[in-house]
Amino acid sequence: MNQESSERTNNQTENGSMIEIIDMHKWFGEFHVLQGINLTVHKGERIVICGPSGSGKSTLIRCINRLEEHQQGKIVVDGIELTNNIKNIEKIRAEVGMVFQHFNLFPHLTIVENLSLGPIWVRKVPRAEAEENAMYYLDKVHIAEQARKFPGQLSGGQQQRVAIARSLCMNPKVMLFDEPTSALDPEMIKEVLDVMIELAKEGMTMIVVSHEMGFAKSVAHRVMFMDFGRIVEENTPEQFFENPQHDRTKLFLSQILH
Amino acid sequence: MEKTYPDAYMESLKPPVTSIGVIGWIRFNLFNGAFNSILTIITLLLLWKTVPPVFKWAFIDSVWFADSSACRGSDGACWSIISANFRFIIFGFFPYESQWRPLLAMTLLFGLLFYSKDRNHWKKSLGYAWIIGLIAMGMFMRGGIFGLAPVESAKWGGLPLTLLLSVFGLTAAYPLGVILALGRQSKLPALKLLCVLYIELIRGVPLISLLFMSSVIFPLLLPEGVTINNILRAQTAIILFTAAYIAEVVRGGLQGMSLGQYEAAESIGLNYYLTMRLIILPQALKIVIPPTVSILISAFKDTSLVVIISLWDLLKTSKSILSNPEWMGFSRELYIFIAILYFLGCFSMSNYSRKLEKELSTEN
Ligand SMILES: Nc1ncnc2c1ncn2[C@@H]1O[C@H](COP(=O)(O)OP(=O)(O)O)[C@@H](O)[C@H]1O
Ligand SMILES: [Mg+2]
Repeated sequence: MNQESSERTNNQTENGSMIEIIDMHKWFGEFHVLQGINLTVHKGERIVICGPSGSGKSTLIRCINRLEEHQQGKIVVDGIELTNNIKNIEKIRAEVGMVFQHFNLFPHLTIVENLSLGPIWVRKVPRAEAEENAMYYLDKVHIAEQARKFPGQLSGGQQQRVAIARSLCMNPKVMLFDEPTSALDPEMIKEVLDVMIELAKEGMTMIVVSHEMGFAKSVAHRVMFMDFGRIVEENTPEQFFENPQHDRTKLFLSQILH
Repeated sequence: MEKTYPDAYMESLKPPVTSIGVIGWIRFNLFNGAFNSILTIITLLLLWKTVPPVFKWAFIDSVWFADSSACRGSDGACWSIISANFRFIIFGFFPYESQWRPLLAMTLLFGLLFYSKDRNHWKKSLGYAWIIGLIAMGMFMRGGIFGLAPVESAKWGGLPLTLLLSVFGLTAAYPLGVILALGRQSKLPALKLLCVLYIELIRGVPLISLLFMSSVIFPLLLPEGVTINNILRAQTAIILFTAAYIAEVVRGGLQGMSLGQYEAAESIGLNYYLTMRLIILPQALKIVIPPTVSILISAFKDTSLVVIISLWDLLKTSKSILSNPEWMGFSRELYIFIAILYFLGCFSMSNYSRKLEKELSTEN
């Protein structure tokens, strides 16, 4: 069965790959934070990355939309290679949605302005259309009634759902999530995960850094374990959680499960 | 029956008389404890000693509209020095019969300023209104077209000159300061160095020396025969000087912004210019409204330093009246009057900034 799924993914590599990372390295000064990352993500594929704090998970996904710059190897997103070409970077950033741990909404703008800003200024959508679209996505994350409020007036869970909707308004081809629920109070985690699960059902390509096992089991095609700047192990969620191969994965899983 | 119920309810909630109203306020603020009571009594005594004589000098014994000999015979304030010389104080050497022109220009300026107070009016059309308004003001001052007699800028003086230097100076210095602050944060080393050098050099010298340089040294560097208007030189010095201070204040605001804001803006594909314009500057500039206004206020007052390069601003026109033997010795009244004018300018600026701050902070 494992064999089958890997064959399927291999066939898609030719035309269906959304993100392709080949032997990618990154250093922070002397510190070798990513040590040879190879990763292919297909259209519609959902990947969950876990691993201990400081292992380079955030850095990896931040490299994908060039919030961090890699120094060696190759990253191709939707057929465009990430180089210093600023136009390409802006194009890729418009195609790749990013959701941050601390939401990073724009506090001086209302919710609906937060959502319509990107479409209006980057995609050149007329304001009325952009706001209509914003309302559609706010409705989708079940928060339409808050449209005229400011981010500071919303709870953490609501803010994170707004942040997801803000990314969706750009009509992205991939969504990156960097620990989207780890800054939330426990009672708010579910409302955010539910939105993400709905998104997964619609076939969005997603890379999610998260330790939420239930979420990983229900939506991920593959789960990866990172440690010391490498992808140590990857597998289907069933295999990954039932039958981890590496000692470090076992140790890590035992820690998050207690 | 229904109506009496809430009234009775309200009545029962009223606090005791001694803790509200005037008496409550006085007890609470002026006589709470022995020390405060003593302070209050001393203050009242001081006020009793000083206020009545000053009031008597300024309003009861004072001479308002008379000639100087009437003033010399009186114990009170000689406000006549202002009423008799009003037009010279305000307009300086501007030709007497044409003084309606600077008056009209100032009216236009105040009208525009007043209209711009309301943030709902901040639209593109207001920008055009300002451009047209400024051109019209310049036209009224200079003359030379539409049958207006030309008036060379050496004759401009008094309040219009002070306002011209301040309004132009401050509105030009602010965007320049913001650009310098952004340059100082730039990733391009050359640009960054240039901005740092500029800011530190300018902040290292007093405005007076910049004004001297602009009027004495600068002409030496120009080719023979080329002259630059004195007012323009002073104006440039004021703009360059103020911009450096604005830049430092704005830099503080920029540093207060979290990295997450930049990243969120970038991750939806905004370029540098849009990130700054839509996300970073609106927040950063709002944080620094109070220190910015302090700088603008002191720049407004510093325009009075242009006397040292022989421009006849408001302060200079007033002082020159004191050298007239007829009015010699009435400096107090004159300086009080000028102080009131400057105070009105500064007070309305700080008042407005507080209003703006409040409006902006209720937004989130
Ligand atoms: N901007 C930076 N400069 C220097 N070191 C950094 C920077 N960002 C992250 N690091 C370091 O890189 C390592 C990996 O960070 P990160 O990718 O955030 O880990 P994770 O998300 O897995 O917890 C950490 O040791 C962190 O201290
Ligand atoms: Mg992280």
